[in-house]
Amino acid sequence: MSFEEIKLLLIEKFGAEVIIDEETDGLQPALLISPARIAEVCLELRNNSNTYFDFLSSITGVDYGVEANRFGVVYHLASIPYQTQLTLKVSIDNDRDLNNLPSFPSVTSVYRTADWHERETYDLLGIFFEGHPDLRRILLPDDWEGFPLRKDYKTAEYYRGIKID
Amino acid sequence: MATHPKYDTALNNYYQKIADAATEDMVLNMGPQHPSTHGVLRLELITDGEIVKEVIPHIGYLHRCFEKHAESLTYQQTIPFTDRMDYLASMNNSHAFVMGVERMMGIDKDIPKRIEYIRVLVCELNRIASHLIAIGTYGIDIGAFTPFLWCFRDREHIMGMLEWASGSRMLYNYIWVGGLFYDLPVGFEERCAEFVTYFKPKMVELNQLLTDNQVFISRTANVGVLPLDVAINYGCSGPMLRGSGLKWDLRRIDNYSVYPELEFDIPVGKGEMGAVGDCWDRYKVRVDEIEQSLKMVEQCLSRLQNELKRTPDFDPRSKMPRKITPKAQDYYVRCEGAKGELGFYFMADGRSEIPTRVKARAPSFNNLSVLPEIAKGVMIADMIAIVGSIDFVLGEVDR
Repeated sequence: MSFEEIKLLLIEKFGAEVIIDEETDGLQPALLISPARIAEVCLELRNNSNTYFDFLSSITGVDYGVEANRFGVVYHLASIPYQTQLTLKVSIDNDRDLNNLPSFPSVTSVYRTADWHERETYDLLGIFFEGHPDLRRILLPDDWEGFPLRKDYKTAEYYRGIKID
Repeated sequence: MATHPKYDTALNNYYQKIADAATEDMVLNMGPQHPSTHGVLRLELITDGEIVKEVIPHIGYLHRCFEKHAESLTYQQTIPFTDRMDYLASMNNSHAFVMGVERMMGIDKDIPKRIEYIRVLVCELNRIASHLIAIGTYGIDIGAFTPFLWCFRDREHIMGMLEWASGSRMLYNYIWVGGLFYDLPVGFEERCAEFVTYFKPKMVELNQLLTDNQVFISRTANVGVLPLDVAINYGCSGPMLRGSGLKWDLRRIDNYSVYPELEFDIPVGKGEMGAVGDCWDRYKVRVDEIEQSLKMVEQCLSRLQNELKRTPDFDPRSKMPRKITPKAQDYYVRCEGAKGELGFYFMADGRSEIPTRVKARAPSFNNLSVLPEIAKGVMIADMIAIVGSIDFVLGEVDR
């Protein structure tokens, strides 16, 4: 199924508002999905017999910069039966308040591999995933402060009183 | 630093689970210094007698902030950092990274054939080296010491050759954007051909010693069975996925570099000794892949010695761009690393030489995440067999 056909399929199933925008100027086209619907969209794309995106290659959290104050998540799906790839994006405005992290629905119920990917995204970028079964830090220690891949992150000088060189 | 209590819920649940388990069952720590965890992986096992009820992997001991570094360095400067991800197959890492950058720059079609063949040659040699480690250390995990020494002996020949070409034994920094560090040294092709002739009978010996060994089969057949649907859902790739019986190799699917011109088969697990997708199948896929890689090495060598012969005026750096500033775009590149689907996701803003975001999709990270699923309800001794059969490299899991 081509990119346009996938777009039409999603619009037919979920309505026009599910696709906010599309990026087609790069080498790989991407669909910008409404953040609240991402889990349903993934489920449909995985189960529909015309698309079968059964393999989640990767989940990338993105901090779009200090001025933009915008956070996003990029999903790279692949279909093993059809040998196709698809990029989905969601993004949301956030004021970087640590009491109110940017939050998206978790896709762990669709792809189990999302479990660790979402934990990593939470760990490094402070993006929260609603409905994730076990959202702990994964690469950094549990008591680490701050989220290192954020653009406004200041390198920690001490960890538990130990100087970091 | 104030944070909302809902962000601590999962952590508190985890502490509660461990505290509850400690009163009824036993919580056993395996690693981070356990020799069979192949690096610094800590597994928390909740055990009932000798049965493992649950496995909680703890990773991150080798986290070296690859993605953060990549956001502050230019594309060329990041290549040595990719070497340090999967340090057993560094060439494959830099190849994937470099391919992504070249495609973003639109120069991937201009790379001379000789360079592409050299890249594939060194990648396949490195894949053999990586699989030799996987096989050798797997033997030692199960209790067979000799295959380990044999594998390391033969791997050392490959390390020596790659050191000759790049100047470094493990972390090569050999494949550069638009070219190579240097052409192959004079005489490399001959020495490599000699190695192939030397190595082929050694593989037969290894198979007799380990693959068909009844003790080895008893320890690995029907252990840690990974069904295909679970493997796909957990994002497993490489020998893990092929061991479960699916013919899925990105060298054939994506047809990148010169792989469409090479002849090779894709070995898959057939359940010869037990169920499809057990530890023995995964092991066997790696053994068979070594043979296929040898076939590819031979084909590369014959082309490098004949129609793509070295010429005095050949410059492997001639197509190298002086400044790498791809136009503003996102690009996800994937290729078949030694452990599975290795991907890099780049976000370029079109103005600077430094990417705004680089994400590395490491195959070992995904392959390891299936461990809690397939290790549920096994014996502690089988845990070792399962962990070894996944063949992860912690440098890549933690990045």
